[in-house]
Amino acid sequence: MERKFGEVILDLQNISLRFGGVKALTDISFNVREHEIRAIIGPNGAGKSSMLNVINGVYHPQEGQILFRGQQRQKMEPHMAATQGIARTFQNIALFKGMSVLDNIMTGRNLMMNSNILQMALYWGAAQREEIAHREKVEEIIDFLEIQSVRKTPVGQLPYGLQKRVELGRALAAEPTMLLLDEPMAGMNVEEKQDMCRFILDVNDQFGTTIVLIEHDMGVVMDISDRVVVLDYGKKIGDGVPEEVRNNEDVISAYLGTSH
Amino acid sequence: MLYRENGQFKTSYAADQQIFPILQDRWAIALLLVVAFVVMPMVGSEYFFRAILIPFLILSLAALGLNILVGYCGQISLGTGAFMAVGAYAAYNFMVRIDGMPLIAAMLLGGLCATIIGVLFGIPSLRIKGLYLAVATLAAQFFTDWAFLRINWFTNYSTSGSVSVGNLSVFGIPIDSPVSKYLFCLVVVCVFALLAKNLVRSAIGRQWMAIRDMDVAAAVIGIRPVYAKLTAFAVSSFIVGVAGVLWAFVYLGAWEPAAFSIDRSFQLLFMVIIGGLGSISGAFLGAAFMVLLPIVLDQLPHWLGIPMSTATIAHLVHIIFGALIVFFLIVEPHGLAKLWSVGKQKLRLWPFPH
Repeated sequence: MERKFGEVILDLQNISLRFGGVKALTDISFNVREHEIRAIIGPNGAGKSSMLNVINGVYHPQEGQILFRGQQRQKMEPHMAATQGIARTFQNIALFKGMSVLDNIMTGRNLMMNSNILQMALYWGAAQREEIAHREKVEEIIDFLEIQSVRKTPVGQLPYGLQKRVELGRALAAEPTMLLLDEPMAGMNVEEKQDMCRFILDVNDQFGTTIVLIEHDMGVVMDISDRVVVLDYGKKIGDGVPEEVRNNEDVISAYLGTSH
Repeated sequence: MLYRENGQFKTSYAADQQIFPILQDRWAIALLLVVAFVVMPMVGSEYFFRAILIPFLILSLAALGLNILVGYCGQISLGTGAFMAVGAYAAYNFMVRIDGMPLIAAMLLGGLCATIIGVLFGIPSLRIKGLYLAVATLAAQFFTDWAFLRINWFTNYSTSGSVSVGNLSVFGIPIDSPVSKYLFCLVVVCVFALLAKNLVRSAIGRQWMAIRDMDVAAAVIGIRPVYAKLTAFAVSSFIVGVAGVLWAFVYLGAWEPAAFSIDRSFQLLFMVIIGGLGSISGAFLGAAFMVLLPIVLDQLPHWLGIPMSTATIAHLVHIIFGALIVFFLIVEPHGLAKLWSVGKQKLRLWPFPH
């Protein structure tokens, strides 16, 4: 299968992140190209989630540079990352529990809704048209993720697998150029994992979205990702296409341990 | 069996997004409005308007405003009384100092002043959360108590510290009789309830709820916490300020700062919690519970013909009222509005369990 990757869209250079004396990330560099599925793997506590938090501005690294679409950024807030087209899902589901599936996904489009507060209070003209136009887009996402039957259910009442799907929907609603997925398949059974893989590949394929993915299921990672970066104790120990990484000595010892 | 939505198909998103998507609900609300606007003015007694309906409506409006802040945006506030006071005193000053100031304009300007003060005291919410924020908003309460008592300019140098307004009128119609006061409050409450409902079902309402439910995730999808929290404070204190104007002008007529003491803040917060956080109807149910129930309990022995001294009744009312609060919170911690919607859900399926 021949796939076309674009330019480097995200370039991380010598990133170091500390919390007091704890070094979460040490001198990590890697890049992500347009339209690729880039996996980040590593044992527990390797710094994978911290890496995602650095990319979308929740954490600010003490050292290093981040170039997104050629633009350097030093310190940015999460909502600025969102305006630049970076969306994400969380390891522990971070949905808005009190709201329906529909409202959760609609919230993902809030950056594109521009009516002012008075128009909204009257719910008339532009505000209502906008609400309906975005509802149409959201319904497309609901169709895509096959969650039509639960659209009005409060998300707190949904089973775990569906909640993960709704969270993906909320991220997709923003029509991101880059999607960060933090363990999208954790705790799922085989069928649910297959569904989720299908959605991720379809998103990548149909919308051309660049995907950065953290996942523990090696089968999934090796199957769907284009390139893999391996972290251990906050350091990068491997980077490359799945076959390369699979045969990397450091990676094998990090996962299986070494004999002394 | 009557409450069924079978066969009510929606063919457009506009139809699906209306406030009451179920036909029977629309009929019920229309009936309620007819009763409130037409039947009540014909049959209600003066006592009924003055002591029950008017305070119920005004406190519903204040609870509605507070519910936007506490229920929808998740920011606990104990400064509601203060924002009501700001609205009332600001509107009073506009009335006294500007000749021919129309009542509606004074009311809205009072609301705007409450908005400014509300946003100012909302700024700490950007740093502190939950109970700590509640304590911080107490500052607003103490500050306004002090300001309206000590700074005589606000009370137009009234010697007694008490101020009053008279001769209220709207578009040339005098607001003096209990019925006209009731209808004026009813119109204001209906308009604000509709506006508030529209806000909470729009993008801004979803931003508030997102901040309430999970603020990190909200920030990551592009919601600015500063904007969401401060707009919630602004909208909430505007409505609360308008309720303060009504409370002072229409219900009390003459008042002093004690009318908006910390007791009022607590009472409103309890209304919102018992009525249902994050629900428009919850504000009305909560206000009804807190205003109507003590009166009903008070009158009950009389209606049933049980001979009982007034002192005994007063004690019993306190005991039973307290017990009922505990009972309802145990049965449904999410408030009367949730109880109501669960009931409706059951009714849709009745007589089948699923």
